[in-house]
Amino acid sequence: MGLWYHERPRFHMTTGSMANKEEAIEIEGEVVEALPNTMFRVLLDNKHEVLAHISGKMRMNYIRILPGDRVKVELSPYDLKRGRITYRFK
Amino acid sequence: MIVRKSEAEIGRIAAAGVILAECLDMLAAAVAPGITTGELDRLAEEFIRGHGGTPTFLGYRGYPGSICASPNDMVVHGIPGGYTVADGDLLSLDVGVTLDGYVADSALTVPVGAVSAEALRLVDVTRRSLEAGIGACRVGNRLGDISHAVQLVVEAAGFGVVRSLVGHGVGREMHEEPQIPNFGPAGKGPRLEAGMVFAIEPMVNVGSHEVYVGGDRWSIYSADGSLSAHFEHTVALTAAGPRVLTRRTSEVMGGSRQAASA
Repeated sequence: MGLWYHERPRFHMTTGSMANKEEAIEIEGEVVEALPNTMFRVLLDNKHEVLAHISGKMRMNYIRILPGDRVKVELSPYDLKRGRITYRFK
Repeated sequence: MIVRKSEAEIGRIAAAGVILAECLDMLAAAVAPGITTGELDRLAEEFIRGHGGTPTFLGYRGYPGSICASPNDMVVHGIPGGYTVADGDLLSLDVGVTLDGYVADSALTVPVGAVSAEALRLVDVTRRSLEAGIGACRVGNRLGDISHAVQLVVEAAGFGVVRSLVGHGVGREMHEEPQIPNFGPAGKGPRLEAGMVFAIEPMVNVGSHEVYVGGDRWSIYSADGSLSAHFEHTVALTAAGPRVLTRRTSEVMGGSRQAASA
């Protein structure tokens, strides 16, 4: 039986959570494309498309993300074109 | 960590492999237009239990079948059930057998009746890519050499080798370290040592390598709807070279499998 390929997680640990320093914008969307290096293109519900990576916690737990999945994305207030996937809805 | 198995352990995996190989030969002979994948599943379970083994897949992470039966554009992990095999189908069958706590894992793709020339070429290329991967299972090589050998054969033929799913170590559990991608650079990764046991399993699509997951969250299809084939063997690394623990008699007799099913 085939095994899902998990690229080894590369841990980018930040000290503390970014979210409580600068308010991140949380929004839901749908993954439209899987890109290399565990980056994803996500179409947000407000019709904006962002480039998002997976949060460290999701990598550690090997949450798989596939095109078509609904996800919760945190956007940085500095660059609204980039985000971080923090939750995958089942 | 890649667990290395003793001679005795490899012998026990091989014993599971013998049942598995016979089971796959039995299933391949039973495949004919009109049979359902659910019936094949029942045949496999009876066969495995009749020989003292246990179907490894049954109950694995809640998987409901003893085999995976994946027709046409379905790549792998098809849950057996009401699907009726039809003339011209390409049916991939994947089975695991546990015997005395040791696991063997193997798969093959059966052309049903009159299939297209392209389908036959896909089956042939996929099987040859598996043999190329097995050929790279030499002590002193690196894991990437296996991956690269498989990829070369597939891509030279112009097909896409699935990247989202990979082979794996096998033996005490169905899925052990390492992961064995069917693509990647040669000369990279851990060194291969005697006693390692791998399930090498190229999954090949006629078109793009991309896949998607079906509504049951198990079955996996080629993204572009193109035909897909899958071959897998459990292979032990020995100082004398690779030892295939799931070799079927139909293969040893050489090329007779396609003639038999045509």
